[in-house]
Amino acid sequence: MSERLAVRKTYKLFIGGAFPRSESGRSYVVNSSKGEFLANASKASRKDAREAVAAARKAFPGWSAATAYNRGQILYRVAEMLEGRRSQFVAELVDADGVGVRKAGELVDAAVDRLVWYAGWSDKIGAIRGSANPVAGPYFNLSSTEPTGVVAVVAPEAGPLLGLVSVIAPVIVTGNTCVVVASERAPLPSITLAEVLATSDLPGGVVNILTGSAAEIAPWLAGHMDVNAIDLTGADAELAVTCEEAAAENLKRVLRPPSAKVDWLADPGTERMTAFLETKTVWHPIGT
Amino acid sequence: MFEYAPAPESRDIVDIKPSYGLFINGEWVEPLGEGRDKTVNPASEEVLAEVAVAGEADVDRAVQAARKAFTVWSAMPGSERAKYIFRIARIIQERARELAVLESLDNGKPIRESRDVDLPLVAAHFFYYAGWADKLSYAGFGPSPQPLGVAGQVIPWNFPLLMLAWKVAPALACGNTVVLKPAETTPLTALAFAEICRQADLPPGVVNIVTGAGSTGAAVVAHPDVDKVAFTGSTEVGRLIARSVAGSRKKVTLELGGKAANIVFEDAALDQAVEGIVNGIFFNQGHVCCAGSRLLVQESVAEELLDALKRRLSTLRLGDPLDKNTDIGAINSAAQLAKIRELSDAGEAEGAERWSPACPIPDKGFWFPPTVFTGVAQSHRIAREEIFGPVLSVLTFRTPAEAVEKANNTPYGLSAGVWTEKGSLMLWMASRLRAGVVWSNTFNKFDPTSPFGGYKESGYGREGGRHGLEAYLAV
Repeated sequence: MSERLAVRKTYKLFIGGAFPRSESGRSYVVNSSKGEFLANASKASRKDAREAVAAARKAFPGWSAATAYNRGQILYRVAEMLEGRRSQFVAELVDADGVGVRKAGELVDAAVDRLVWYAGWSDKIGAIRGSANPVAGPYFNLSSTEPTGVVAVVAPEAGPLLGLVSVIAPVIVTGNTCVVVASERAPLPSITLAEVLATSDLPGGVVNILTGSAAEIAPWLAGHMDVNAIDLTGADAELAVTCEEAAAENLKRVLRPPSAKVDWLADPGTERMTAFLETKTVWHPIGT
Repeated sequence: MFEYAPAPESRDIVDIKPSYGLFINGEWVEPLGEGRDKTVNPASEEVLAEVAVAGEADVDRAVQAARKAFTVWSAMPGSERAKYIFRIARIIQERARELAVLESLDNGKPIRESRDVDLPLVAAHFFYYAGWADKLSYAGFGPSPQPLGVAGQVIPWNFPLLMLAWKVAPALACGNTVVLKPAETTPLTALAFAEICRQADLPPGVVNIVTGAGSTGAAVVAHPDVDKVAFTGSTEVGRLIARSVAGSRKKVTLELGGKAANIVFEDAALDQAVEGIVNGIFFNQGHVCCAGSRLLVQESVAEELLDALKRRLSTLRLGDPLDKNTDIGAINSAAQLAKIRELSDAGEAEGAERWSPACPIPDKGFWFPPTVFTGVAQSHRIAREEIFGPVLSVLTFRTPAEAVEKANNTPYGLSAGVWTEKGSLMLWMASRLRAGVVWSNTFNKFDPTSPFGGYKESGYGREGGRHGLEAYLAV
């Protein structure tokens, strides 16, 4: 008896909670680290990028107004769903990254733990970043954090799961919504992560994932006037300059690429959250 | 309006030199180039002094001095740095009257404001950040937060000495050294501050002051040995700066333009709201980035509020900035006056209705009467563009949701005002307004402990409070 032929998955984009193909009909070949064919991934177009921004903008009022407790619960739910698909991600990382099964398992575990870590920040970041300010007058004066808005994220090329989770979670846990450009070389785990997100009570549009050419997609997002900030972690030096220049047009907040290679297993600190937070200060007179 | 006898503050207290050099490495030096600029009193067009124009080579000298001083200043115990900054604060208090007069002469703002608002805040800002210098490890930025290095700071003409304080005080407290460029129309209090640094025995090179216009500022921002860029000014220049630092490791904070909505609900205490509206847009001739330049008033009380506002505006006194009775001083420059006129004319041309109280205008100097536009549509230029003058655009709304929609319908996001007696409505509004500062039942209040800065195209970073330290630390 012949061996059963596997049913392969079609890897598409993730926009507004749905999985469309690129409107352009473009795709590109994704090979394993050993050079074997894995899949044809969607190659996102400018129109796809714009659709993704529109979906992120549409999702922003609801997500940013959700309670911090609720956002934390949903991020924890994402961790649960990821844990449940552990073996699938291990297999994808072995294919995509050329790591051994044991190492791939560590990376998936770290990604789950990273989500749990950030989930807990949802209702605490405001306490460490906000303040009651003792002004010299009869005023109540309170500074609190608010999300910046729609954030474009150029995900790291290396670390197709842990790196990806480590750039998405800090952006959304505080109430931002995002458009992510996945690792160009190893995009498949990002779409599998999208399946996790789609089944985790995360409202559609909070995270949108585009696969394709970062050099092509990122400048469109950097120049988009309805994007409020851009994380250039995965951009090479040349792309980062192009994007930072384009981002100046509407004064986007820019998180520049790290100056040294990132160890995604290390303590991430709070910088990735605070880079996409605004501080709002409210004054009110005190009197009878 | 009551007649008042003139009550001018004496200008004898200030000693303006005929000519100023650059303050580099603790010394007054002549610029390497030939460039000279004049600063004038905008209330009389009288030339106050000649001021050096620093070229690239001068900026380079200043940056080198700051770099050299950084070694000393950053290694000094925070408690010692604190004492220098406390000294500066004290000297500012001692010389407050003189500095207030100098500010009003050079800027055109009423002495009542420079004396009662600007100078007290300047001193308070130095006191506040002096106290942080030896407490940085408790500020929440890690156990041993480090300074960035040389800070290049470019400041505007609307609050010359106050903006200097906002920039210099946190920079020094965190252990950075400074190259500061004041605005070309208002350099005099920054140059007086250079003398204050000398009186305080501040080590040479810790503060350097280079005068000049936009090209000098661009040289400061572009200098490769500047680690930190801090700018307050127009969104247009902010964009250029953000673009020019692309690819560098310079840390940047930008405090840019605004088009704030001042929102009055029908249940507001209308008399208080009128005072808040006047303070919001006519304070400092409206030369305020966070000015409440768009009045959004609930339809049901629009007529009543506008009548009261017009009555109140008829009592404002425009004239000699040094007169203690003056409410509205001079427009800072001919160029700014031209911009205000151009936008106001556009307001009329686009169909809004213009009103100003009967208001005698002095023969000499740059003046613009307090002006209110009604019947303004959101599409009008006067509702979208920053006028930076005493011009108020009035729009109406029916529901809180509509007020939020209109208030946020701007690329800016610096400040907003809300007037209502209903606490839950106030907090609901405050949480939905996309602005860095929300004043409720008050407006244009500032304090060194209170973070200030914008959302969206009003810039990024915060000045003031614990938050203000972050801009000057490697975190």
